[in-house]
Amino acid sequence: MKRQLPFFLVFVFGAFMAIQYFVPHKTSEAIYEFFIDILPIIGVFALALGIWSLTKVSVDKIRYRRENWQYAIFTLLGLFLMILFGFTDENWGFHWRMSPEVAGEGTDNPNFRLLFNYVMIPIQATMFALLAFFIASASYRAFRARNLLATLLLIAALILMLRFTPFFGDWIGLRLSETATWLMNVPNTAAQRAIVMGVGLGLVATALKVVLGIERDYMGRG
Amino acid sequence: MRRSTLIGGSLVVVFFLAAWLIKGAGASGESPYYSAFLITLAAFLTLAVFSFLYADNPVYKFAEHLFVGVSAAYWMVLGFWQTLVPNLIPRISRALSEQLELEYIDELWNVLYVIPVVLGILLLLRLSRKLGWLSRYAVAFIVGTTAGLNFIAYTRSNFMAQISSTFLPLVGDWTSWAAFVDNLSLSATGPLALLMANIVVVLGVVCGLIYFFFSREHSGTFGMASRLGIWILMITFGASFGYTVMGRISLLVGRMTFLLRDWLGIIAS
Repeated sequence: MKRQLPFFLVFVFGAFMAIQYFVPHKTSEAIYEFFIDILPIIGVFALALGIWSLTKVSVDKIRYRRENWQYAIFTLLGLFLMILFGFTDENWGFHWRMSPEVAGEGTDNPNFRLLFNYVMIPIQATMFALLAFFIASASYRAFRARNLLATLLLIAALILMLRFTPFFGDWIGLRLSETATWLMNVPNTAAQRAIVMGVGLGLVATALKVVLGIERDYMGRG
Repeated sequence: MRRSTLIGGSLVVVFFLAAWLIKGAGASGESPYYSAFLITLAAFLTLAVFSFLYADNPVYKFAEHLFVGVSAAYWMVLGFWQTLVPNLIPRISRALSEQLELEYIDELWNVLYVIPVVLGILLLLRLSRKLGWLSRYAVAFIVGTTAGLNFIAYTRSNFMAQISSTFLPLVGDWTSWAAFVDNLSLSATGPLALLMANIVVVLGVVCGLIYFFFSREHSGTFGMASRLGIWILMITFGASFGYTVMGRISLLVGRMTFLLRDWLGIIAS
């Protein structure tokens, strides 16, 4: 009941979703549409679970004065401010409506947008921009022409990088933009296709293992 | 907290307070100090993340922890208003739909929409030590349907569609030599250029797959094909790496533009 029934249900739902593709019947399609509709709804409950977990971890960190506990205060502050703005309007009222008259509620709340634009976006964009420095040091190691394979890697990368550089973009005679487009459209397509086929086979095999109950770790122990 | 951290933190706060006041004094508009505060806050957070380049430090940790909280809540709020409210409420309650000014969907099967609510509540029971095992039913539904969906979706898109797209013409219609070599460029619009591109794609896919085939020793003709496969793979990795580098650089340029133009006003708009 605690373990075997859920695995049986995984098999039933998995087999149904796979088989329904071959059954173009109204009922089968309606059940398929229904499942597709409700999956994201359950996902929102999973998000709530994540929020609760984050709150609990942060509160415990503060309560038991664990290492770097002071920073957990800011996690909770950001979390609750964003939730507060997300469920109120600009006058701090919760109307439980989404009409244009109460514009500014939920995701339209100006304070919610301010936190998004001036806190979330700068940090997120800078974190990705930070990778430019790490990727530069990685390319120093990767782009050394030690042998034929490394040289091929170097040349392809150089063509692509120079193509996007305004100064070299279309350097006389080299036709960098044309060469870069060809590299992306022809050899890149070929190799990506080979990789995608391998990945696809792996994913299909994993899905089969899950449906048939060979892979069971995701359900946890106990 | 160490004394040096406190002194450093205080200096940072004083610096950004001064930056805010100077920017506010020089700004125009309805509420100059408020908009100056927002821009200075974004600049502070940008520099806080960049400070990681020196070392993991308290200012970076502050920005990192704040980001975790804000982004978790952001996705939660978005999930509620954009997924739960429009997909669930108009199906389960006419009164709530009217209150939310949503159009009630009157269908016979609406009662079934209680199922995701029940499964969602079961998922939340994971928090309970006694009833935590009930969440497995919700997990079983999510995992089962997703695995079944992926089984078909990946077989079609990652396997069959890729194979059928690789069946490209390797010979073309012959009219004359001049027409055959016409428009011979890497833009691949002439017949010869198109044929060459098709040959590279077909050979690349076959040789790439041979390289990943480890059940046979890579020697002889098989080994040669495998070597050609790794050459094409290296060109692809180089191109993808170069592309990624330029993507990150453009993000860096974006952040620098924000700091130098929007915050400091050193470069013109």
